[in-house]
Amino acid sequence: MNAVDTQDAGTDLRRSAWMAAAQAGDGAAYQALLRDCIPVIKSIARRRGIAADHVDDVVQEVLLTVHRARQTYDPSRSFTAWLCVIADRRTIDLLRRIRRQKLREVHAPLAFEGHADHNADPAQGLVRADATSIVTLAIAGLPARQQEAVRHLVLEERLPAEVAVLTRRTKGSLKVSLHRALRALRDRIEPWE
Amino acid sequence: MGTSSNPDSVNERLIHDLATDLVPVRRLRPPSVRALTWLAVVAAIAIMLAVIGDLSALGHRLSAAPDMWLSVTGSTLTAILAAIAAFQLSLPDARRKWALLPLPAALLWIAASGVGCLRTWFEPGTHAANLSEARDCLIFIVGLAVPLSALLIIMLRRAYPLQPNLTALIAGLASAAAAATLLNFFHPFDAAATDLAVHVFAVAIVIGANWGFNGRLLATNFLTQ
Repeated sequence: MNAVDTQDAGTDLRRSAWMAAAQAGDGAAYQALLRDCIPVIKSIARRRGIAADHVDDVVQEVLLTVHRARQTYDPSRSFTAWLCVIADRRTIDLLRRIRRQKLREVHAPLAFEGHADHNADPAQGLVRADATSIVTLAIAGLPARQQEAVRHLVLEERLPAEVAVLTRRTKGSLKVSLHRALRALRDRIEPWE
Repeated sequence: MGTSSNPDSVNERLIHDLATDLVPVRRLRPPSVRALTWLAVVAAIAIMLAVIGDLSALGHRLSAAPDMWLSVTGSTLTAILAAIAAFQLSLPDARRKWALLPLPAALLWIAASGVGCLRTWFEPGTHAANLSEARDCLIFIVGLAVPLSALLIIMLRRAYPLQPNLTALIAGLASAAAAATLLNFFHPFDAAATDLAVHVFAVAIVIGANWGFNGRLLATNFLTQ
């Protein structure tokens, strides 16, 4: 076994130990492990041909998957090998998603450039400020669970899966809250229009 | 995700969120042990059915038609190997090759059952199932496979399959093969072409329903861990 192999084996053992500690609830070990995973995930994503602006999407998907699948990891096996398979699968998923998205979208630069921007009017700034304050007030009047769904899913543009982990709620429950919140907001905002 | 702001800070925020208030998790037991748990439930059902089933008719049928042994062995092995494969596939790092594990046993089951089709031509006196009996077979296989599939899917959801449709399909094969094996306790006639067609139809319904419905269930992680 040469020096590089020894170093790799040492790194893998360290990751396995961190993951075993994370399974027992050690947050500090978990943070160290997830940070250590990022270069590995990025390298796999780049090797698979993921564009630079999507590499971090893969990183976040893989970190979420590692989090949700952490009970399936067996510390007697290689953590790096486990991570690499997951990263590879998630990268392929994203490549498929991007390919499907490209099939749906039309490349029309002239139409894009020629599209009139209705927001260019400076007076629109005041109207927009008024609208923002109305929406903010309306959101503040929602029940806490609905506010939580609107804030994370709409304002912060987070993924449902990510929000589900953050809020310890199911994706279904978040979607129901969001649906009710949007309906309530529509009822409250329509009288202002 | 992460395209509108600094990706490093988004990654860092995500890591912080995931590690804050981290809940300890119970490590899953090895797939083979989990498969044995499900197979133990199937075995318990088999014992209950054996008590109320017609064992003498089963014994007579197996001695009169030796190819039935092969068919029963094939369906039993298919159930065992498909259950092991399904639990292996439910792990996020599972290789797709695990799906091939029950294939040889399934081929034995199909081939031995196919011989039964020929029997009615070689032995004209063979009792073939009538429509009512064939309908009972269909109800038995589907009716038993539904709770077996439900139990299997609940157990598989504790893992995190990244190939949910394939996992559900193999789980459907395990449930259908187990139900078809247990049907033998209540199957006092030889499997003929019409009967086998109904069995194939029932097994296809179970596998198809698992692939379509349970695949989605496995893909949608309702449980936040």
